Amino acid sequence: MADNTLLNVEELKVYFYTYAGVVKAVDGVSFDVRRGEVFSIVGETGSGKSVTSRALTRLIPSPGRIVGGRILFEGKNLLEMPEEELRKIRGKDIAYIFQDPSSSLDPLFTSGYQIAETMTVHATADWKNAWKRVIEILKDVAMPDPHKRAKSYPHELSGGMKQRVVIGISVSNKPKLIIADEPTTALDVSVQAQILKLLLDLRKKYDTTVMLITHNLGVVAEVSDRVLVMYAGRVAEIADVYSLFGEPLHPYTIGLLKAVPNPLKRIERIEPIPGSVPDMINVPSGCRFHPRCPKAMDICKREQPPLVQIRGGRSVACWLYAEKNS
Amino acid sequence: MAELKYYLVRRMITFIPTVLGVLVLVFIISHMIPADPARLWAGGEKAKPEVVEAIRKKYHLDEPYHIQFMLYLNDLLKGDWGKSPVTKRSVFEDIANYFPATLELALVSSILLLIMGIPLGIVSALKRDTIIDHIVRIVALIGVSMPVFWLAIMLQWVFYYTLNILPATGRGVAPQVSYTGLYLLDSILCGDFNAFTANLSHIILPAFTLSFIGIGVIARITRGAILDVLSADFVEFSIAKGLTKLQLYKHILKNALIPVITVFGLQFGALLSGAVITETVFSWPGIGSYTVKAINSLDFPAIMGSTLIIALIYIITNLIVDIFYAVIDPRIRF
Ligand SMILES: Nc1ncnc2c1ncn2[C@@H]1O[C@H](COP(=O)(O)OP(=O)(O)O)[C@@H](O)[C@H]1O
Ligand SMILES: [Mg+2]
Repeated sequence: MADNTLLNVEELKVYFYTYAGVVKAVDGVSFDVRRGEVFSIVGETGSGKSVTSRALTRLIPSPGRIVGGRILFEGKNLLEMPEEELRKIRGKDIAYIFQDPSSSLDPLFTSGYQIAETMTVHATADWKNAWKRVIEILKDVAMPDPHKRAKSYPHELSGGMKQRVVIGISVSNKPKLIIADEPTTALDVSVQAQILKLLLDLRKKYDTTVMLITHNLGVVAEVSDRVLVMYAGRVAEIADVYSLFGEPLHPYTIGLLKAVPNPLKRIERIEPIPGSVPDMINVPSGCRFHPRCPKAMDICKREQPPLVQIRGGRSVACWLYAEKNS
Repeated sequence: MAELKYYLVRRMITFIPTVLGVLVLVFIISHMIPADPARLWAGGEKAKPEVVEAIRKKYHLDEPYHIQFMLYLNDLLKGDWGKSPVTKRSVFEDIANYFPATLELALVSSILLLIMGIPLGIVSALKRDTIIDHIVRIVALIGVSMPVFWLAIMLQWVFYYTLNILPATGRGVAPQVSYTGLYLLDSILCGDFNAFTANLSHIILPAFTLSFIGIGVIARITRGAILDVLSADFVEFSIAKGLTKLQLYKHILKNALIPVITVFGLQFGALLSGAVITETVFSWPGIGSYTVKAINSLDFPAIMGSTLIIALIYIITNLIVDIFYAVIDPRIRF
C-alpha cells in the first residue's frame, strides 16, 4: 500500500435484509483514498453511494449489515475495531456532512452547543475553551454575526447557515477525512456554490482529505482529483478527473457523460441512457449494467467483470477491458 | 420573557369563559335533580313546612334558576363561595381544609406515574418487540380498561386484609404543625419521622390506584416518542459525531419529553376525576370525598365550590404544561 493512502476499502459488501428480500446495496466495492485529495463518488440515486460512505465507520442501521470486506484507515481495520474505539474515530478522525442540514441538527440545542459538544466529547477542548473555539469555527465557516449565531437554535437559521454549522461541526476536531454526502443537494441553488467553495477552502486550511458524494457531474469535474463511478452497488470505474471526462472507459460512464452537458468536452446532443436502474433485490446476472449496455457481449450476461487496473492508475470493471488485459 | 408575560395575561383572560362555562354546566346539572333540596336540608320528610319555607327563602330557592345563578356569581366575585346549608360551614374554609389532601394525593400519584411510566416506555422502546415491550403493552391496556374502584378494592384486599402490610383507609397522622397542609411535607418539616412513615404507608395504595390508569398511557407515549426521535436524522449525525451513549440519550430524551408532557397534562386531569372514586374507596379526606358527600346531600354551594376548584386546578395545570413546553422547546413562542 502506498504511503499516501489514507483509506483502503476492499470488497466491501453491505446487504439489507428486508421482508421483500436481500437488498445488495453495496456488493464488493474496492477503492483507495489518498491523503489530501478530493475523492468523489458519483452515481445515480440508489447506486449505493450513501451506504458505502456510512459503512466506512459502520453507521449502517438495521436491517442493514456489513457482510464482508475490509476497511483500512491508516492501516487499522475499522470493521474489526471494538465499538468504543471506533466511536473515538467518528467525528474526530473521520467526520461526516450529511445531505439535509435541516435534520442534521438537534432542534432543542443551540448551534454553539452542538459544535462545542463535538470537541468536548473527543477531549480536543474543555467546555471553557470549546466556546472560544466555537466562535473561531463560526468565523471560519463565514457565518455572519458568529457571537449571535452561536446562541441561535437551528430553527432560527437558514438552510445555508445550518449547513455552515454542520460543516463547522465536521472540521471542529481537524479530522483527517471529511465525508460529505451530497452536502449541497438540499440547499437553495443560490447558496450551493458558496457552500461547496467553503468546504474546499476549509479543506486547505485544515489540511484534510475530502470524500465528496454527489450525482452532479459538473461539481465532480470542478472539484475532484479522482473519481469513482458507481453503478448498482458496484464500482464501474475509478480514474483521475481528467482521464475520466477526457476518455471515459466504462460504457456506463460514457452513457452518463452523454446524458448531461459535459463540462470538459463539447458534445453534440444529450442522450439519456436507455432502461432504468436495476431492482437491487433481483440484480441482473453477470455485469449489472449489461441490460442497458450498448456493447454487451455474451460473457457480460454470465460473469461479473473484475475491477482491473489499466494504464495511468485507472481501474475499470468491464469485460471490454478485462479481455484486452488478460 | 416579556412575551411570556403577555401570554400569561392572555391566558388569564381566556380562563374566565372556561370557568364560567363549567359553573353554568354544573349549576344546570345539579339543579336538574328531581328532589326538594330545602326539605332535605331541613331534615327530610318529617321537617316542619315553615322551616322548609324559611330555608327556601334564605337560600333563594324560590327564585328562578337564572336569578339564583346570578346571586351565586355575585357572591363569588366578592370572594364569598357560600355557606353549606348542610354543615352550616363556609364552603371556602371546607375546601381549604380538604384540598391539601387531594393535592398531596395527586402529586404523589403524578410522581409514581412519571417514575414508573417513563422508564417503562424507555425500556420498551429500546427493547422494541421483545417480551418486555409486550408486557408493557398489556399493562397499558389493563390500566386503561380496569375500573378504578375495582383496582382499589383488590389492592385493599391484598395488602390489608390478606398481607396486612398497608392500611386500607385514612390519611395517617396529622403532623404537629401544619405548614402546607401536605402531611408528608409537613412531617418532614417537623422532623417527625414516625408521622412521615405512617403517612407514607397510608398514601401508597390510593396513590398507586390513581396513577395506574395513566402509567401504561405514559409508557406507550414515551415509547412512541423515543422511537420517533431515534429515526430522526440528527440522531444518526450525533452518532457520526462520536457522541457517547450518555450524551446521545440526553438529546433523545429531551426531544422525546415534548409529547410526554402534553399527555401528562391531560393525565393530570384524569387523575383529578379519578380522585373522586379513589378517595371514596380509601376514605381519603380530600375534595373527592367532599364532593361525593355534597352530592348526596344536594349541598349546592359545596358542589359548585368543589367544581370550581377542580376546574381551576385543571386550567392551572395546563398553563404549567405550556410554560414547561416553552422552556424545553425553543421553537415555541407565544
Ligand atoms: N434502511 C434501508 N433498508 C433497505 N434498503 C436500503 C436502506 N437504506 C438503503 N437501502 C438501499 O440501498 C441502496 C443504496 O442506497 P443509497 O446508498 O442511499 O443510494 P445513493 O446514496 O447512491 O442514492 C438503495 O437501493 C436503497 O434502496
Ligand atoms: Mg445518498
